[in-house]
Amino acid sequence: MDAGIWILQFLNALQYSMLLFLLSIGLTVIFGLLHFVNLAHGALYMLGAYLGVSIAAATGNFWWAFVLAPIGVTAIGAILYFTLIERLRKADPMNQVLVTFGLIFVFLDLVRMGWGDIALGLDVPANLSGTSEVFGVSYPTYRLFIIGLGVVVMATLWIVLVRTQIGAMIRASVENGEMAAAMGIDVGRLFFLVFCVGCALAGLAGVVAVPVFSATTGMGVSILIPTLIVVVVGGLGSLQGAIVGSLIIGFIETFGAVFLPNLAAIIIYLLLAAILLLRPQGLIPAKGH
Amino acid sequence: MRNTVLATAAATVLMAGGALAETKVGVLLPYSGTYAALGNEITLGFEMALEEAGRRSEFTIVTEDTEVKPPVGLAKARKLVLEDEVDVIVGVVSSGVLGALRDFIDGAGVPLIVANAGNNVATGEACSPYITRVSFSNGQVTRPMGEWLASQGVSSVYTMAPDYAAGHQMIEGFSQAFTGAGGKIAGGEYTPFGQTRDFGPYLTNAKASGAEAVFVFYAGGEAISFVKQYGSFGLAPEIPLYGAGFLTSPLYVEAEGDAAIGVTASLHYVPTLDNPVNEAFVEKFQAAHGRMPSEYAVQGHDAALALMAALDTGAREGAELANALRHVSFDSPRGPLSIDPATNNVVQNIYVYDTVKDGDGLTQKVIGTIEAVRDDPLGCKLQ
Repeated sequence: MDAGIWILQFLNALQYSMLLFLLSIGLTVIFGLLHFVNLAHGALYMLGAYLGVSIAAATGNFWWAFVLAPIGVTAIGAILYFTLIERLRKADPMNQVLVTFGLIFVFLDLVRMGWGDIALGLDVPANLSGTSEVFGVSYPTYRLFIIGLGVVVMATLWIVLVRTQIGAMIRASVENGEMAAAMGIDVGRLFFLVFCVGCALAGLAGVVAVPVFSATTGMGVSILIPTLIVVVVGGLGSLQGAIVGSLIIGFIETFGAVFLPNLAAIIIYLLLAAILLLRPQGLIPAKGH
Repeated sequence: MRNTVLATAAATVLMAGGALAETKVGVLLPYSGTYAALGNEITLGFEMALEEAGRRSEFTIVTEDTEVKPPVGLAKARKLVLEDEVDVIVGVVSSGVLGALRDFIDGAGVPLIVANAGNNVATGEACSPYITRVSFSNGQVTRPMGEWLASQGVSSVYTMAPDYAAGHQMIEGFSQAFTGAGGKIAGGEYTPFGQTRDFGPYLTNAKASGAEAVFVFYAGGEAISFVKQYGSFGLAPEIPLYGAGFLTSPLYVEAEGDAAIGVTASLHYVPTLDNPVNEAFVEKFQAAHGRMPSEYAVQGHDAALALMAALDTGAREGAELANALRHVSFDSPRGPLSIDPATNNVVQNIYVYDTVKDGDGLTQKVIGTIEAVRDDPLGCKLQ
């Protein structure tokens, strides 16, 4: 293999990692803050994709979908929050898992009723179509856009969490919710805010993924597994964990497919098993867990 | 008065007689899961053919969902046979479900008309006099493409398909024919089925292999992702993409968009075939559903034609009906169609077609026809 191939595969891995990051960050922060396992996160990703397709078709512009689909998904998430999730917060984790697992199928059938079973596609916006030259190789421009978007979201979240007051409040609430509440932080409102951001990022991941992966009714379920693995490997509840986990899974899946194609399907599960045996709290868990 | 009573009685007896002659059909297809779209499409074709012939009332239809799961498919088949006592079963999309049904169908002696599942084995070493296939076999679709591609002067090919029975059989059929005609397989990969979202890593390998062309089998959502990603990497001008025709099926080619333009594929049906049966079929389908029919709709349609043709011989059920099914032949929208009694698999034309731009949409341009493609018995001993 020459260097060009390595660079291409590196970019492939990075692109996939960023998509996993957009999904897993929402899941992991919701878990870290609310101690709530929201399996319906994959369904929100799927809704982001389908809303994106419809909005782009209605407006004729990808960028409207890019902006409005995450907002739409957030609205759906907010409805879920007030009708179900808030009530379930004190419930047994098993009940939470069962209810949100059930939601996956409810959304799956709603999407089938609304959009049908035939997979849908979305065209890459004109200014991002074609390929660009990077490091001496030509690479699809849209994939570079996904990488860039991932980096921007990562940096923004980092700054918000580490540098701002609201970030400090979130970190305090993750570490010790009761103490944070005693210090006068409105933990309930904070939770809702974080939940909404998580939903928006899932919707964003969905709409951004459609031009590459197409929208199918199975997409929410199939992305949920690698996303959960990212969260477990990275460590529940932490931003750094989600970053590291996404990069590890993205790179292992990509290079596994290149070098060990026969093992590509199981290699991330082997990693998951190894982490659960050797370091069950994950590589970089949030403090307080 | 008495006459009226007698006439009514006679009419009642006649109607009861008519009811007895009704054929009970079990339609066994996926209506949920990965292949729900295919199940719906086959059902549309099947019902349309019965109505077109004006014979819908002769049939009682019991529909069951396989969920594309072999154990569920088997349980539903048992239910159809034992509880509903159907005369014939039509359907089966997944080769896995077909494999699970095979022994039960063979033992129960209820004819099964396979309307999709292409597993070579079902009309090969595991063939049964009760299983007749009107759709295609996996090798049947891709073998002609191997010879055709070699005849076009392409000397080396990189192959890709999902890692399950159909993927392997599609690629093996192609590779045997292609190497037999002097071509060389430069490399290939089977990708994890239903788990591969990003084909980028594989496409990069395909590019590095130095092959002149890429030949693949993908269907459904995977086909859309694959074609779009192939287009986005800008590989097509250097290494043209060929495939089993499910890759650019009219069912989802619009979702693939411009990336599908220039893809060349082989299939047993495309809606642009130039024959009177097809013209009528396409017109009816379009009027009813506002879009072009796919190969899946035709398979459902032809399952109904085969069933009606077999019933017209006077056969009603069981071995008699199965035997009649093995000998049917008729003009399908896909061209002349017959069943090979040596394997119970369909004998049909395979078309090589390009996907081309047509106004705002995409259409299929047939550039080659391989007539009456027949499978070797491959261990099937029906004759």
